[in-house]
Amino acid sequence: MIRLEHIHRVFPVGEEEVHALRDVNLHITPGEYVSIMGPSGSGKSTLLNIIGLLDRPSAGVYRLDGEDVTALSDEQQAQVRREKIGFVFQFFHLVPRLSAAENVELPLVLAGVPLSQRAPLVGRLLEDFGMRARARHRPDQLSGGERQRVAIARAMVMQPAVILADEPTGNIDQATGREVFHLLEELNGKGMALLLVTHDPDLGRRARRHVRMVDGQIQSDTGAGA
Amino acid sequence: MRLLDVGRFAWRSLSGYRTRTLLMVLAVSIGVGAVVVLTSLGEGARRYVRNQFTSLGTNLVAVFPGRAETVGGAHGALIGRTPRDLTLEDALALRRIPAVKRVAPLNLGSAEVWWKGRSREVPVLGSTSELQEIRGFALSQGQFLPAEDPRRATPVCVIGSNVRKELFGARSSVGEWVRIADRRFRVVGVLAQQGQSLGLDTDELVIIPVASMQQLFNLPSLLRILVEARTREDVAAAQEQVRRVLRKRHDGEDDVTVVTQDAVLAAFDRILVALTLAVGGIASISLGVAGILIMNVMLIAVSQRTTEIGLLKAIGASPAQIRLLFFAEAAVLSLIGAAVGLVLGELGSFAIRQAYPVLPAFPPPWAVVAALATAVGTGIIFSLLPAQRAARLQPALALSRR
Ligand SMILES: Nc1ncnc2c1ncn2[C@@H]1O[C@H](COP(=O)(O)OP(=O)(O)O)[C@@H](O)[C@H]1O
Ligand SMILES: [Mg+2]
Repeated sequence: MIRLEHIHRVFPVGEEEVHALRDVNLHITPGEYVSIMGPSGSGKSTLLNIIGLLDRPSAGVYRLDGEDVTALSDEQQAQVRREKIGFVFQFFHLVPRLSAAENVELPLVLAGVPLSQRAPLVGRLLEDFGMRARARHRPDQLSGGERQRVAIARAMVMQPAVILADEPTGNIDQATGREVFHLLEELNGKGMALLLVTHDPDLGRRARRHVRMVDGQIQSDTGAGA
Repeated sequence: MRLLDVGRFAWRSLSGYRTRTLLMVLAVSIGVGAVVVLTSLGEGARRYVRNQFTSLGTNLVAVFPGRAETVGGAHGALIGRTPRDLTLEDALALRRIPAVKRVAPLNLGSAEVWWKGRSREVPVLGSTSELQEIRGFALSQGQFLPAEDPRRATPVCVIGSNVRKELFGARSSVGEWVRIADRRFRVVGVLAQQGQSLGLDTDELVIIPVASMQQLFNLPSLLRILVEARTREDVAAAQEQVRRVLRKRHDGEDDVTVVTQDAVLAAFDRILVALTLAVGGIASISLGVAGILIMNVMLIAVSQRTTEIGLLKAIGASPAQIRLLFFAEAAVLSLIGAAVGLVLGELGSFAIRQAYPVLPAFPPPWAVVAALATAVGTGIIFSLLPAQRAARLQPALALSRR
């Protein structure tokens, strides 16, 4: 499903160049559960951003479902993101003005789904996530764990093929972090591929496949599918 | 994305940053309000002048001594040539023109009016009985000047309502003899109260036969001659014939100015429309300022909401959608501002009408439409740059907290 070939990402920083990714090759099949670990600055976030089409590689080819997505225009990439990819971030990134329900609804709104179809979908999702009582609360009225649950609901409301989670527990306590992991794993159980970056070795070990990154390169990969 | 959702999202952004929104609405509404109030003032002046003219009757042609180069300037005689005077005989000659219905020679002076030890300095108008129909004078008592040979200096007068009040108080005036300068006149009528009529306050006026006027002031020439054409269609013919008759009487010299009332009215109209446009234009500068303010605030909003924009992109918003959202925000903002400004402007015009009832200060419809269009237009134009900047943001960069 996801196929990265010889991906490089170079950031110009002043006169220098920072090689965030060097010749990364990665193949991920549908429904896989992959953890990405590695020291800070090793390129994990950059890798996830490229997979999620939030960033473009400096060199290399990225195929998603057989299509070379690096060649797509911004508008076309937006559509791919909307339909195939769900994001979960360390800092939640909820829109502060909108309620929990409205935040979850947002991808549907952008996709042009009519209100009559959105409402029941969002309601059911919040129910599943145990957030029904909090549907009308704004993000600043929610705890960190609750915010992340809203963010996960938002990531999956469009039924994407893959969920990308960049340190989803980095900003919440351990117990709550575990719940968040269970939620993500449930989604994986429903067939969505799950790629997650974490610093917690215990949590990272729960994945079926472990990728370890060092200095912009994949140092080890337990299930190199390609 | 659905239009309703775009509007809703824009509305949520606007209500989420209340102070900012209020300030921008204020800026836009002041601009729109200023345009509406100022153009309604100009339009009020235009209507006022028009009313003044039409209250005089519509088929009028005025004859002035001297050749004017421009319409409206009555005494613009050619340099180096003293124009021949207009005489009573000229006026009488005009009566024989077929397209002419009535003729009123006019002379104006100032004199003291006496009655039983009371006196008052008043403008004195010399004319004939036909002046009453031409200018639509109504009488509260008695009659107007008698219809007789205009060459006869009958000692009668018609007085304005204030003149009557001050000289006679509660006593009856018709039939009394008053002294004007050194001659005695019998009061035959009192004008109904009607106030200003193009420069002359008829309430303060005394009207006597034109021949009496010439004797009283030893004044053989006329100030002007008012001519009324038979119908509106006859006005042009009357103007032409008046000119021809007077040229013939003046030894072939074109030394009078013959102006139709329509021409004067049209000239005033042009001037006042230009004035209205000018003040409207000046007021719309404030709309431009509001537009620049909107641009600044939107630019700040884009940088404040960088992560939000990154997030929207991450969950599938295309550059076009981001642009649309910022556009919508500016459009909703300027629409609200325009609506508020319209209400302010209408209130302002209403206040002007209350304070100056003679001034029909209604904003012209074109000015209202133009102000609203300019407000929404500037809002959208000045949000082009911020919206474009937002649409171009790199999502990965926008989301990382660098
Ligand atoms: N936008 C950027 N500009 C410059 N350098 C960047 C940028 N993004 C990432 N980097 C650099 O790339 C390297 C990898 O970063 P990142 O992928 O965030 O690492 P990780 O997520 O593994 O901590 C780091 O050295 C970082 O400083
Ligand atoms: Mg990172």
